[in-house]
Amino acid sequence: MLTAPSLSYALLAPILIVLAGAVAGVLVEAFVSMVHRTAIQLTLSIGTLLLSLQQLWRIRDQSSTTAAVNSVTIDKAGIFLQATVILLALVAVLLIADLDNFVALASALPGSHEEQSSLREKSKQTEIFPLFLFAVAGMMLFPVATDLITLFVALEVFSLPLYLLAGLSRRRRLLSQESALKYFLLGAYASAFFLFGAAFLYGYAGTISLAGISAAAGGANDIFLLIGIIFVSVGLLFKISAVPFHSWTPDVYQGAPTPVTAFMAACTKVAAFGAILRIFYVGFAESQTIWRPIITAVAIITMLFGSLVAIAQRDVKRMLAYSSIAHAGFLLSGVVALNKDGLAASLFYLFAYGFATLGAFGIIALIRDSSGEVSDLNRWIGLGKKSPLIAATFSFLLLSFAGIPLTSGFVGKFAIFSAAYESGNIALVVVGVLASAIAAFFYIRVIIMMFFTDPVNDSVSVIIPSIKSRVSIIISAVISITLGIAPSLLLTTADNFANFIK
Amino acid sequence: MIIAGIISVLPSKNNELIKRIAFAGSVIVALASMFLAIGFDKSNTSLQFVQSNAWIPTFNINYAVGLDGISLVLILLSTILVPIVLLATWHESDGGRWSSKAFYILILVLETMMIGVFAATDLFLFYVFFEAMLIPIYFLIGGYGSDNKSAAAVKFLLYSLFGGLLMLASIIGIYVISGNQIGATFDLTQLATLEIDNRTENLLFLGFFIAFAIKAPLWPFHTWLPDAAKAATPGTSVLLLGVLDKVGTYGMIRFCIQLFPDASKTFTPIIITLAVVSIIYGAFMAIGQKDIKGLIAFTSISHFGFITMGIFAMTSQGMSGANLYMVNHGFSTAALFLIAGWMIKRRSSSTISDFGGLQRVTPVMAWTFFIAGMSSLALPGLSSFVSEFLVLVGTFTRYPIAAVIGTIGIVLAALYILIPVQKMLHGPIAAGNEKLADLSLREKLAISPVILIIILMGFYPKPVLDLINPTSEKVVVNAGYTDPVAKVVK
Repeated sequence: MLTAPSLSYALLAPILIVLAGAVAGVLVEAFVSMVHRTAIQLTLSIGTLLLSLQQLWRIRDQSSTTAAVNSVTIDKAGIFLQATVILLALVAVLLIADLDNFVALASALPGSHEEQSSLREKSKQTEIFPLFLFAVAGMMLFPVATDLITLFVALEVFSLPLYLLAGLSRRRRLLSQESALKYFLLGAYASAFFLFGAAFLYGYAGTISLAGISAAAGGANDIFLLIGIIFVSVGLLFKISAVPFHSWTPDVYQGAPTPVTAFMAACTKVAAFGAILRIFYVGFAESQTIWRPIITAVAIITMLFGSLVAIAQRDVKRMLAYSSIAHAGFLLSGVVALNKDGLAASLFYLFAYGFATLGAFGIIALIRDSSGEVSDLNRWIGLGKKSPLIAATFSFLLLSFAGIPLTSGFVGKFAIFSAAYESGNIALVVVGVLASAIAAFFYIRVIIMMFFTDPVNDSVSVIIPSIKSRVSIIISAVISITLGIAPSLLLTTADNFANFIK
Repeated sequence: MIIAGIISVLPSKNNELIKRIAFAGSVIVALASMFLAIGFDKSNTSLQFVQSNAWIPTFNINYAVGLDGISLVLILLSTILVPIVLLATWHESDGGRWSSKAFYILILVLETMMIGVFAATDLFLFYVFFEAMLIPIYFLIGGYGSDNKSAAAVKFLLYSLFGGLLMLASIIGIYVISGNQIGATFDLTQLATLEIDNRTENLLFLGFFIAFAIKAPLWPFHTWLPDAAKAATPGTSVLLLGVLDKVGTYGMIRFCIQLFPDASKTFTPIIITLAVVSIIYGAFMAIGQKDIKGLIAFTSISHFGFITMGIFAMTSQGMSGANLYMVNHGFSTAALFLIAGWMIKRRSSSTISDFGGLQRVTPVMAWTFFIAGMSSLALPGLSSFVSEFLVLVGTFTRYPIAAVIGTIGIVLAALYILIPVQKMLHGPIAAGNEKLADLSLREKLAISPVILIIILMGFYPKPVLDLINPTSEKVVVNAGYTDPVAKVVK
């Protein structure tokens, strides 16, 4: 006889609330007239996220490995990661709320008669909000999932909405749709790899739970374990865009609507790294001799490749895409460290990097000419003269990416490199430092273009940001500054929360 | 720093007011630092005026500052130079890319960082000041400089960042090692007690040394300096060469030698060689320069060679001489750059051959330039002489050959200073020079304290040496050296 699984709803509440909000969003689409939809959807999304955050706060000191049978573990690090996702999502939703970045009618062919009429009618695609909430729910589940099937489900729950969202750009629609298709196809391959690896791990350990795999490590038939770990890693490395699984990143970052890029770049990284940290710290810790050399090599290649290729980019969004690849490499150093400091440093880094990314993409969305966003770097020349405040904020965020002292990025880098050094990986530290030096070059080049080069006369202008974007950009910048000057506010928390239970 | 804050809230229309406030503020800071110097106990070799507040407890990072003789004189140097620079270059910021308000804010922020970098006794805090300092100076060069300014600014920034990041790797290294031995800390005095195995120590040492050698700048890491000095405004150049580059040599004393005494020993022969190459190379390049600012930049490379040689000779005379040299070089370079700046502005050219016969047209400007130049070539009675002498004596007792070659540098110095002095100041009045105006009252006021200091320090360096000597001896002794007794050859 089957018994119903026991779920501890109290601990799952944050995730469930977001899912419920998403479902409610779908109903709103169906029943509310178009005039009121945007406002209602936005309120609903923000309300859902806030409620979920409040629930997280309530359970901040609790932990359990059996929140949903053995599939979900709520622990300190998991709660921290979930909170990071929600906070980032709260800022991101404000950017997304500027619906003029999105297509009016997604089903109309680009250039068709229907598209023209939908633009005339000023229709809006408000399905974006429920899609967004579904993605957030998946991202919250991903870092707390502790068996391979739940991990896979969470992966798909947050990936599928993202594939769709990537194709919804209002301008340059073909590019956007191409990027969505690319993302989807490559993402599907990556998922297949993940499943393939999961099957091998099951074959090796006889269980799909991470703790079980960890316990079984060291037994016979290590080749199964090896294949399993490698293929699961491929699936995960794809999501964080580590080299050599990065090739989708620049295209998707460039093609997707900028607010979606912001959301994707910030939150996906947190969720995926959260899961990677848990899988490697909990599931594969016993078999570290197998994967540590591999991941170290990947981290080194990723840092160098991302930094070097970014130099050649002429498009701001592509440049930030390669920079995010480089940052994935830095974060992998925290994974390889495999100690408590490495975990704490990664948590801090994800938080700091997420907000800097949101702010940077938020600003990119403001730089436009008559035909839409301008991401060609050559046309950013002289921006410092036209709108000094925006340019200065962007420069500050770039300096934070570059890891200059007194920015959040510096503290993150310092924390992660010292954890890596502590674990004996001096080569990683040296390469990381060199990659930072290379990366500084292209960040600074943008600053030069904005400030030290005289503007050519063209029609690029900065649109006056809506209050929503303004708030989100300000929040991101303030967080980056605060964490640079007084990092202990968050470092202590990250340190306290750096704890996975098995 | 507070003053920078006040300025930033003032409306930018009020240029004159802003300038006055900035100047007054910097004078107050200078006076405060002099009071500090008076209150400093010379006989005590440990850190004084120590202050420590927790900043990032997770990493045991403290906002810890304290002074010893060496850092005190360097802070004095910075705080005295800033008001002089502000006064001397009253109109320098007007033609810049941004408002003069931004210029003054940047200068004052820079001053804060300079003081911080010399006072920090927490390695992490030092690094933060060390790197953050780059940003204001980068904007000062890039925003207010002359031709090629943005290229020069970028070159400067990238060189320094690269060095800084190497140092960061070493800082992380030593931090982790301290964590394994005595509990993770950034406190300098505690870090100095670590036992590090040789190979690691050498690597860590190199990380620090390359960063400081870029900053100092030592041959072959110097190529950014002439570009930056040519492109920057004279005031910025003064701060860049006069103070910022001293961070490099200061860092060698404070960090390289104190934290890694064994590695310092290992690398000393190489470093002395580099220093000697710098001396000679800088001198020859200076002789070949057609541009005044380029000339001064290359003479500085030569002088930094002397300073580095003095430091790594590991004798107390050499060390004291190097420290004194840092101060003297700061003032004589300041004088040279400021006056050269005025000349260039009046003549709208920086080529040496465009000038001639200034002695007759603008006697005050010519004489002050002459004195500064003489000080730069270490004429007895002017400040640099004492320090150069000490460095050479200190080096000779341990590395006679290096000292002898270094002496050739002095001869070359006579060439690179006297030839331009002769061309520019004496001889017939060159075309276009007839109507140049002499120094204004403001300019005279700005330059006179510098000239005064140069002469005073030449005749009576004792007060400064008193501050420096005990600390220098302590550094040398801590590094495990004793002064060699001069041997009489029989």
